[in-house]
Amino acid sequence: MNIHEYQAKEVLKRYGVAVPRGIVATTPDEAEAAARELGTPVVVVKAQIHAGGRGKAGGVKVVKGPAEAREAAAAILGRKLVTHQTGPGGKEVLKVYVEEGCDIDRELYLGMVIDRATGFVTLMASTEGGMEIEEVAARTPEKILKQPVDPAAGYMPYHGRRLAYGLGLEGDAAKSAMKFVAGLYRAFVETDASLAEINPLMVTRDGQVMALDAKMNFDNNALYRHKDIAALQDVTEEDPRELEAAGFGLSYISLDGSIGCMVNGAGLAMATMDIIKHYGAEPANFLDVGGGANAEQVTNAFRLILSDPKVEAVLVNIFGGIMRCDTIAEGIIAAAKAVELGVPLVVRLQGTNVDLGRKMLADSGLPIITAETMSEAAEKVVKAAGN
Amino acid sequence: MSILVNKDSRVICQGITGANGKFHSEQCQKYGTRLVGGVTPGKGGTEVLGVPVFDSVDEAVRQTGADTSMIFVPAPFAADAILEAADAGIRVVVCITEGIPTLDMVRVKRALSGRDVHLVGPNCPGVITPEECKVGIMPGHIHKKGPVGVISRSGTLTYEAVDQLTKLGIGQTTCIGIGGDPIIGTTFIDALSLFKDDPDTEGIVMIGEIGGAAEEEAAAYIRDNIDVPVVSFIAGQTAPKGKRMGHAGAIIAGGKGTAADKMAALEACGVTVVSSPADIGSAMAGLL
Repeated sequence: MNIHEYQAKEVLKRYGVAVPRGIVATTPDEAEAAARELGTPVVVVKAQIHAGGRGKAGGVKVVKGPAEAREAAAAILGRKLVTHQTGPGGKEVLKVYVEEGCDIDRELYLGMVIDRATGFVTLMASTEGGMEIEEVAARTPEKILKQPVDPAAGYMPYHGRRLAYGLGLEGDAAKSAMKFVAGLYRAFVETDASLAEINPLMVTRDGQVMALDAKMNFDNNALYRHKDIAALQDVTEEDPRELEAAGFGLSYISLDGSIGCMVNGAGLAMATMDIIKHYGAEPANFLDVGGGANAEQVTNAFRLILSDPKVEAVLVNIFGGIMRCDTIAEGIIAAAKAVELGVPLVVRLQGTNVDLGRKMLADSGLPIITAETMSEAAEKVVKAAGN
Repeated sequence: MSILVNKDSRVICQGITGANGKFHSEQCQKYGTRLVGGVTPGKGGTEVLGVPVFDSVDEAVRQTGADTSMIFVPAPFAADAILEAADAGIRVVVCITEGIPTLDMVRVKRALSGRDVHLVGPNCPGVITPEECKVGIMPGHIHKKGPVGVISRSGTLTYEAVDQLTKLGIGQTTCIGIGGDPIIGTTFIDALSLFKDDPDTEGIVMIGEIGGAAEEEAAAYIRDNIDVPVVSFIAGQTAPKGKRMGHAGAIIAGGKGTAADKMAALEACGVTVVSSPADIGSAMAGLL
């Protein structure tokens, strides 16, 4: 789960991580009041959307005083911001964060991830603040300092020393950085984060280390034990179909193609998308109905797929393992009757009780195109969609 | 031969009194798995499926001589169950449970490092040695004893591959679903090294997916250590960046972990990579 910058900074502050003072605003009036309350000669007005690259897209404005803050907010709020992470449609800005301006000496990078290879939470730091870490990693990997944290001992002060001195910090700034890193690690593990990225991490002229920007992602599997974090979800940032699917216990992701897919299992669902592409068309979605899908879930899945106007044909690919093919056929028939189909439907069933399942589909009188193998199914659905 | 489990494996199920644990324990029993007991704290002394239920894994091991455990306990308690099994002396721990917090697995993985225990999963279909022992949720009847080892990060896609092999008359030594989470017990390399020492495994099917760099690491291991032919398919060639494709571990983050990178790495190391999932079985048939 993703949250906004202002929310990430609120979370970090609770763990003693230094962040500039700021106030969130949803109208130009509120932005003006926020700037007045902050009282600094310079304030920064920042668009709050779940995407990086806001600055380059015009979503961050450095202004002088409340009147200018108001103007900046008026220009940003309600605007569709297009960055390299939003897709061409962009994202509408509903909130801005008004933050005190700081006297910046240096901009650094600090990140924290769970490294799959070592299985450890790993700190990453670089002097190349403001740059995308992937770019730094590709061009100048030697500029990235990595510090794994062994979960057996947890965070140790030397981790912070190594990063602070490695970034060339001295005196008060080094001390401030060590405190910052320790706090960030605590915030990460105590909230079950999956990513924390402070980019840039700023060093002010008076030697303070603070988060100029902050991004945090959280482990969906752990949200059950962090109700406060779960409450930070901003549904306006989510795809409405994906949200609806989650409510039904389905895993759904919108894509740009024309072939709707319904599959059991994430790996098979991805493989089904791949084979559609192999036959010259593009999938309209990823949809995993899960291992124990019932008739109701299949019906809901059909509704979701067909609510996408791009869909020109639907492919159902089910490998019935423990779940029997006749049960699945029953679900498909019920769903096809309940939902107005309108587009060709190709069904490929395989596994337990497959013959009975196929017979049920054939006897249903529904215009279902059946297939035995994945390749046959993909070929048929691509053809049926008119590609 | 086979790896991890065989006809002599003495299996218990942690969470045997839950709906899933009971159903799948019964399926395993029917397949021929030697199920010797189950564990559910507080239900010790009762009996399920004709086997005794114990309060702790330790007691189950002492009473039944169990060496393998299949875990179905809910995600919030799964880390505890895995470590309980390891501490009780279980040698092969197969965790089916889905949705375990990643940081729980970080601690579990660290606690198990250097110990003589194989954790398979979590979030996986389990392990099967055809016609001998099934420890997991895969449909037994699509498998057949034979010369090919199967390793996969996914569930139903593994069944698809196995089904293709069986229909071509190619059986399997052992099939392992290693799981779709970011932090897992047995990795591709761990499974490959087990197959390497199995004289009956004459070919290996390795099914990967987007996310992480485990396939790339496995590619180098195969180049340096594996002499039998390896066929691979990587799911998610059409997956968009930054979207979690069902599995917690299946996400292209920061442009890393794409199917194209993995396929190129595997090909460069001598692996036969198929771009269509329908060609997994026939590609292996051509190499044996």
